[in-house]
Amino acid sequence: MPALSASEIARVFREEYGRAVAVLVRVLGDIDAAEEAVQDAFTAAVERWPSTGLPPSPAGWIITTARNRAIDRFRREASRADRQAQAALLRVADEPFEEGPVRDERLRLIFTCCHPALAAGAQVALTLRLLGGLTTAEIAHAFLVPEATMAQRLVRAKAKIRAAGIPYRVPADADLPDRLRAVLAVVYLVFNEGYAASSGERLVRDDLCAEAIRLGRQLAELMPDEPEVMGLLALMLLVESRRAGRTSADGGLVLLADQDRALWDRALIAEGQAIVRRCLRRNRPGPYQIQAAINAVHSDAAVGADTDWRQILQLYDQLMAVAPSPIVALNRAVAVAEVEGPAAALGLVDGLDLGDYHVFHAIRADLLGRLDRDQEAALAYEAAIALTDNAAEREFLSRSRDSLAGA
Amino acid sequence: MKQYLLSIYQPDGDPPPSVDLDQIARDLDVFHEELRAAGAWVFAGGLHPASTATVVRVRDDDVLMTDGPYTEGKEHIGGCCIVNAPDLDAALEWGRKAARATTLPVEVRPFQGEH
Repeated sequence: MPALSASEIARVFREEYGRAVAVLVRVLGDIDAAEEAVQDAFTAAVERWPSTGLPPSPAGWIITTARNRAIDRFRREASRADRQAQAALLRVADEPFEEGPVRDERLRLIFTCCHPALAAGAQVALTLRLLGGLTTAEIAHAFLVPEATMAQRLVRAKAKIRAAGIPYRVPADADLPDRLRAVLAVVYLVFNEGYAASSGERLVRDDLCAEAIRLGRQLAELMPDEPEVMGLLALMLLVESRRAGRTSADGGLVLLADQDRALWDRALIAEGQAIVRRCLRRNRPGPYQIQAAINAVHSDAAVGADTDWRQILQLYDQLMAVAPSPIVALNRAVAVAEVEGPAAALGLVDGLDLGDYHVFHAIRADLLGRLDRDQEAALAYEAAIALTDNAAEREFLSRSRDSLAGA
Repeated sequence: MKQYLLSIYQPDGDPPPSVDLDQIARDLDVFHEELRAAGAWVFAGGLHPASTATVVRVRDDDVLMTDGPYTEGKEHIGGCCIVNAPDLDAALEWGRKAARATTLPVEVRPFQGEH
């Protein structure tokens, strides 16, 4: 039997934690008890697996062990006995664990974690904790809040789920579109937090992107018939594919047009583009699918100059039709600049009420610079610099300002 | 089955003329009828204005009374409703109907224990 390393057990933990917790929540009717049982089971795995090797179904082993540990615990701690959970346990104790229903259990738990009655921050924290298996310390670190604050947030959210009776259930068809939007928003928020790196340590941030993609893959596996689920996964894969090209050797920011496309991850691009093509064939477009399609067009161009901006502009028109917002209008203006020229784009940008958003000023500055209105461009760069905390972006904006001819 | 308190928050003072109180009364009747038909009804009632409230406190053995509601502010509970519901989703659905009927925000809050 090959020896099993600690890192392999850690990998199983990451992959199977959410699955196991989801089943145990169903069995025990309580999140804390479920987490405790699953952690007990992993503790047992750390003791057992190095000598026995990985069992044929690690998830099955963990879930069965967790269930047995939970029964032991309830028997031991009679004073803390939760009659209902105990009754439920005794009912299912002899049922063999089956792989099939697990899918539904995880899906139920995702919808519980992302219930709209919970604050957005709590939804994100719960999802990362219960489905991602991240520790409270890791989540706190990734979102730059003290560990005690994050622990409090999780405790409060779990207490609300219990007291208010937030159900473990996949919503009825009538509610599914709204509730699914909330789930996708949580996953995308995790991804953006990692990608945008508004501040904080690089490494942890990359982990958030990886975690969001992992959650996105889980959702795609659980709900393959929901085109927006696939759209979100494709969008994240295509954006992630450019990570290596996005920063220069000295950590500076590199614009899409200037990126070395040899650094892009071809496997992620191929996977993302294949999903986009499937979405197109299905023809049930939504905001994530359209954004994924825009990124797929960028990925098609061998060099920045080859980018099919007309197609991108058409996609932005479509995005404005299904999900209009000032940010989408701003991004659309960037495409307009490429198709119709910077003057037309500037007219659109100046009509947007986005004065608090640094990217708005950065895009205005770029357009003004291209129109040789250097003094106004310099002022716009100043405004953008004043509004961003990200060191790499500030550096990039300063360099752009300094390279203006008249500045 | 759990029970939930639906608190309706109402601005102090007379409602603006644009508010159709007759329509609201009719919509509330329909809402209450629906609660009864579904077996979710426990209690519902509207309150006199917050200015008619009195707060009572006991300090040592003395009873202190103050005129007016406990919380200061421009909005107070104008009425409440208690419903039976299997879970929060069902309670929120009643909350949505109450908010639609009253045209006011509704706080949905669980009672302790099962009923």
